[in-house]
Amino acid sequence: MDAMTTRYEQTSSRIHPLKFGLWISMASISMMFAAFTSAYVVRQAQGDWLEFELPNIFFVSTLVLLVSSVLLHISFRSFKQGKEQRYKLLLVGTLILGFVFLVLQYFGWQSLFEIGVDLRGNPSGSFLYILTGIHALHIIGGIVALAIGVIRAYTRKYRLTERRVINFELTLHYWHFVDLLWVYLLIFLYISR
Amino acid sequence: MAEILKYNEEELLKEQGFDDHFHDHGHGDKHKTSFIFKYIFSMDHKIIARQFLITGIFWAFIGIGMSVIFRLQLGFPEDSIAWLKPLLGKWIIVNEETGIGSLDSQFYYALITMHGTIMVFFVLTAGLSGTFSNLLIPLQLGARDMASPFLNMLSYWFFFLAGIIMFYSLFLSTGPFSGGWTAYPPLSALPQASSGSGAGMTLWLVSLTMFVVSILLGGINYITTVLNLRTKGMSMWRMPLTIWTFFITAIIGLLSFPVLVSGFLLLMADRGLGTSFYLNEIFVSGEALDYVGGSAILYQHLFWFLGHPEVYIIILPAMGLTSEVLSVHARKPIFGYKAMVYSVMAIAFLSFIVWAHHMFMSGVNPFISNFFVIFTLIIAVPSAVKVFNWITTLWGGNIRLNTPMLFAIGFVSMFISGGLTGIFLGNSAIDIQLHDTYFVVAHFHIVMGVAAAFGMYAGIYHWYPKMFATFMNETLGKIHFWGTLIGSYAIFWPMHYIGMAGVPRRYYRFDGFEAFNQFTTMNEFITIAAILTFGAQLVFALNFFWSIKRGRKVMTKNPWLANTLEWTTPIKAGHGNWEGKLPTVHRWPYDYGKDGKDYIPQVIPMSEEEKAEAEH
Repeated sequence: MDAMTTRYEQTSSRIHPLKFGLWISMASISMMFAAFTSAYVVRQAQGDWLEFELPNIFFVSTLVLLVSSVLLHISFRSFKQGKEQRYKLLLVGTLILGFVFLVLQYFGWQSLFEIGVDLRGNPSGSFLYILTGIHALHIIGGIVALAIGVIRAYTRKYRLTERRVINFELTLHYWHFVDLLWVYLLIFLYISR
Repeated sequence: MAEILKYNEEELLKEQGFDDHFHDHGHGDKHKTSFIFKYIFSMDHKIIARQFLITGIFWAFIGIGMSVIFRLQLGFPEDSIAWLKPLLGKWIIVNEETGIGSLDSQFYYALITMHGTIMVFFVLTAGLSGTFSNLLIPLQLGARDMASPFLNMLSYWFFFLAGIIMFYSLFLSTGPFSGGWTAYPPLSALPQASSGSGAGMTLWLVSLTMFVVSILLGGINYITTVLNLRTKGMSMWRMPLTIWTFFITAIIGLLSFPVLVSGFLLLMADRGLGTSFYLNEIFVSGEALDYVGGSAILYQHLFWFLGHPEVYIIILPAMGLTSEVLSVHARKPIFGYKAMVYSVMAIAFLSFIVWAHHMFMSGVNPFISNFFVIFTLIIAVPSAVKVFNWITTLWGGNIRLNTPMLFAIGFVSMFISGGLTGIFLGNSAIDIQLHDTYFVVAHFHIVMGVAAAFGMYAGIYHWYPKMFATFMNETLGKIHFWGTLIGSYAIFWPMHYIGMAGVPRRYYRFDGFEAFNQFTTMNEFITIAAILTFGAQLVFALNFFWSIKRGRKVMTKNPWLANTLEWTTPIKAGHGNWEGKLPTVHRWPYDYGKDGKDYIPQVIPMSEEEKAEAEH
């Protein structure tokens, strides 16, 4: 990526190409979920739709994810301010909360299954599992990025370089994005049950 | 004859150029180390462009070869094609009494399905926009490479992987997928629906998912490069129209392909997890399946939300290439540059709100259809703006009738002919008669298949000197052009009449229908035309591969006397494109025939008079 970084250094008023690329990918992912949710609406309008309450555990997991986003944000600021210990701990905290979120989602699916909402059968249930499942896959992508961040934080000597700030920012933006995406999905599912 | 501007380019680049210290780091040469990294796992956008092009040509011959085979069956159902047995094996069924070999009907469906999939996705999407976006975006913008050369390489290899998977599916014992390139459920959702719906469909889905990954990686790169890596002085309004179209194409792709993926994921769930998104109560051989409450129309909505923008993903790059080639070889500025850009934007926007015109007959509400009819017909406005601008660009030009120019003019011809029939099909009332007939086949082949191919050929002949440092042979090029132009019209013009009479597409043979017997000769004619047009493409392939080594050598940097930046690079540009500094841009790319000068490249600074003029 040499061609890019050299140019970026001279024209620092412009946004970093990688960050810009990530934003475009986010637009892409948003389109995918927009397609899912509009398919949901179209299908629901045709009737024969199983209605059920969302398990409360999904609200708990939302809270966990929101907190993790805040932690990561503070971690990023500590990283830039040179507070090495604090940023490392917060980064690990975010990673753990990411896992906790996945586990809670799994419990959510379990309680859905217990009240008789199956992946098969009425598309109402299928949509819910597919939507949350594919969102969980995107969370896993974020967890991989966070895990790489943690490994690097503990194996490399702390240095504040432009390259590292960019990498951190990429992870940060993506994590906020999947967080917001989940909030959108939750509100959507809550409203359009 | 206008005066030819004389300037010393080396001096100009040294004086005016923009030094980005690219060569100071010495990493500019690391890609030249070995054959494998130079030509195979290359991160150089110029090599990747050639990889896309040659892979695209390979797929094009597979795709049109298939069409020749099924045209033989359609045109001459009574004649034996047992001679194809060495190629097709068990798919040729020889009647034991008469000894006549004919195509297996199931395999006929597989062939038309694969022909559609391959031509739409592998040839006209990856082969066209993959090739020229990669080649021209950095070269015409004055960038060393794409924003992320690594993602760019991945983009090609995902495309290659998609190709391998699709190619493998051709050799399955149950045959490749055979439910039409649109893959509507239930044929695509039920593995037991037809022999191609099992393993063939699974591979089809996996292959196209890989393909979408490739498109997204490429698109992210194209957009980022256009917005972030333009050289000094290259403002958005100084970009050649090629770049504008690639840029907008990439945006459309990024917004529409994910929707296709959503549709595919639901389809995969139906196939593998037993959900019923698309499947309703279905009986197969007297037995009820478990599926309840799905909607097959839902898939059509998701598919066409990509499917319609997809045709613009195909045609917009061809429009951009045509605009550039027309302007260079007519020695005239493109007429209505800004109108061209705005109409591309308008087309791109409208392409997202017309998808249901593919579904008029699927039972959508007729009142909702009206909405889609209106927006579909409105697309004719920006399209017509573009056509008028191309014609006015040609008007009074100092036209060089060489092969790239002929193909560019051919593009305009095809686009008009095919575009006009689109106005018929966009009306939901006329669509009652015309839907799913050969009229539709003729329409979309001319307007997006053949037209896009013409744009691609114009691009290949025009930028071949930049890609391979040789020219393609002119005589063979002209034989190729006239063969393709006359051949394509001979194939598709008669199809309009057949379609208006109600002959349905996708049928295996027509001789069983009293009403369609009158078209037997026309069907034979179309098949013969198809074979001859295929022959013309062989001329192209011969010319293309022969000229790489043996073609006339390019002796000057700027053989077409064009204005854009790619012609300021060395004849064989290495990694990093420009040897020293990057060029600085002083003007828009279409200063042809200005102030009595034949052409003024973008790197020439504005004169005092021009500056004064620009301020008004």
